[in-house]
Amino acid sequence: MLGYTITQWIFGILSFLAIMFALMVVFSRNPVNSVLYLVLTFFCIAGHYVLLNAQFLAVVHIAVYAGAIMVLFLFVIMLMNLNEDAEPQKTMISKVIAGVIGGLLLIVLVGALKGTSQLGLIQYGHSDIGLVKQLGNVLFHEFLFPFEIVSVLLLSALVGAIMIGKKEIK
Amino acid sequence: MARRNTIILFMCIELMLNAVNLLLVAFSVLHKDPSGQVFVFFIMAVAAAEVAVGLAILTMIYRNIKSIDTDLLGNLKN
Repeated sequence: MLGYTITQWIFGILSFLAIMFALMVVFSRNPVNSVLYLVLTFFCIAGHYVLLNAQFLAVVHIAVYAGAIMVLFLFVIMLMNLNEDAEPQKTMISKVIAGVIGGLLLIVLVGALKGTSQLGLIQYGHSDIGLVKQLGNVLFHEFLFPFEIVSVLLLSALVGAIMIGKKEIK
Repeated sequence: MARRNTIILFMCIELMLNAVNLLLVAFSVLHKDPSGQVFVFFIMAVAAAEVAVGLAILTMIYRNIKSIDTDLLGNLKN
């Protein structure tokens, strides 16, 4: 098909969908719509992980983001019961400045990406470093101490979130 | 178009973290080094903690001033 393999087609479609949904997250008026588009973006990114043969991260990504963080966002939005305020428009001068800065960043990125064709394509599906066994070996040998620190961080975030979210402490 | 809703700002932070995660996984596969993917795992844990604490702060702000517009959050007191 037009000289592309099936993997390249899947990559292109997933990339297009991910970017489109990410833009919809930013531009949609209703926060609930934003959250739903964010879930779709995360599924596209999980598809990219599968394409890169990082199955463990794909599963963790879906479980953490689509399962936990999205529920958190939706609960907070429903708690707040937001009424639709008309968001004020930026002034003309800040729009021009933002456009110029964004254009300069685009030029820098295009310039940086020009040299990547010499790097060679990533060999899809020929590595097993993304599997649970390999990652577990690395995680529990080289990164055991950071792993424990992360568990303490999660515990403190849990306690902190509950303490902040409580009613006024007398 | 200005986004003044703090929840949407949080979602955009998540999007940026995911962009970095995707880049780390791609380089990890390119260099055949599993450390990159372990690092992504840590970033996910930190992002989850950040979102939990951030949304807790947001609910407290909403309880106090009944709004989460970023323009109204300029002063910490009152």
